[in-house]
Amino acid sequence: METLSITRRLDVKGFNCPIPIVKTAIQMKQMASGEMLEVLATDPGSVPDFNAWSKTTGNALVEQTLEGGIYRFILKKR
Amino acid sequence: MPSQVIVLGGGVGGTIAANLVSKELGAAAKVTLIDPVGMHVYQPGFLYVALGQANGRWLAQDERRLLRDEVQLVIDRAVKIDPENRSIELARGGSIGYDYLVLATGARLAREEIPGLVEGAHDFYSLEGAIRLREALRTFPGGRIVMGVAGIPYKCPPAPVEFVFMLEEFLRKRGIREKSAITLASPLNRAFTIEATSKLVQPILEERGIELGTFFNVEAVMPDKKVVTSIEGEELPYDLLVLVPPHRGAQVIEDSGLGDERGWVPVSRATLQHEKFDTIFAIGDATNLPISKSGSTAHFEAPVVASQIAARIRGTAAKENYGGRVMCFLETGHHQATTIRFDYQHPPVSPQPSLQWHVAKWAFNRLYWQTVPQGRVA
Repeated sequence: METLSITRRLDVKGFNCPIPIVKTAIQMKQMASGEMLEVLATDPGSVPDFNAWSKTTGNALVEQTLEGGIYRFILKKR
Repeated sequence: MPSQVIVLGGGVGGTIAANLVSKELGAAAKVTLIDPVGMHVYQPGFLYVALGQANGRWLAQDERRLLRDEVQLVIDRAVKIDPENRSIELARGGSIGYDYLVLATGARLAREEIPGLVEGAHDFYSLEGAIRLREALRTFPGGRIVMGVAGIPYKCPPAPVEFVFMLEEFLRKRGIREKSAITLASPLNRAFTIEATSKLVQPILEERGIELGTFFNVEAVMPDKKVVTSIEGEELPYDLLVLVPPHRGAQVIEDSGLGDERGWVPVSRATLQHEKFDTIFAIGDATNLPISKSGSTAHFEAPVVASQIAARIRGTAAKENYGGRVMCFLETGHHQATTIRFDYQHPPVSPQPSLQWHVAKWAFNRLYWQTVPQGRVA
């Protein structure tokens, strides 16, 4: 399972756009190719933002879920 | 014995709070405002200075003139706050005690955090920066101008968009628009954080030939190559670079352990009371609230803090909570502007840009000194 290989976690719950994306970009910069990052967010705007960011930067958005008002994104560094 | 209320910082939030606490409590409180400079600066004016639409003199007034006579003004810098003993150490020596403390210490520019920024980039986040940029623009021969963001959160979120619109008009008036390219490098995939506002301004950017660079979070500036790089791995060449510098909370907040890792003060979103210390409140740019860092936020928060403190001193229930209200103008150039209004319960709305909002913004600029610091407009 891919989720087992998550090596980094980022909690941006309570933050609004653009902080989740910017913090994610900074975190991903420090990661090696193939590493996985889990991001937890509460801003509904983060859904289109993470999808667009993934497409633009080529870092794969391998999973996105919503549970109890918390969005969970799994990103894989290209 | 009157209660001692200390306000740190003579910006918009601190000045309104000091005046309102004094007005509401009269002799029941001794209000002291401590500010390192004693000059109140109208920061929204920096943008107009940079583009040659206003001079610097209009932007500053003696803080004493804006305070009620009953409020004591101390020109000094707070270097350390001891929340357990409710005492503030001052740079000139000595310390001052408080019953209630208001942190209106604003944001600090941390230009040194981005390599090459000091040498290679302009900004309009200080009066000196705005004047330096004005001089660079006055003699700019034409070429590529890049406007980018080098850290979030930052003061006045609409400012980069306003700048490129006003710059486009400026270059046209100087007759060098055809020889110039303007790029707005945004941290997101749109021009502005708020989607509704983005939808309104993006067609105008396109119509005016202003390029939009997306997901560009500034990492470094290379002045020798005239290139700015992003965390995402992109490079943008420039002839003139304008960046919003990184912001942090005030040094005294960091040195006193009263803030988060960037020095922003953690407060209750409703009462603006410090999360750990119930005799400390914070206003405006100083807080960690995920809303705009802007004069308007401080303006709407200050009466809440004044009311919260007055109620505690009187031993009554506080009348007011902060509902997250923010209202910003956004100049779109060519004598047009729009606004952005929202609060915790209502998503942002922006009307179509019009002359009416541009006039309203200028009226606000003119009336500011006679109305806002005194707490006369809510």
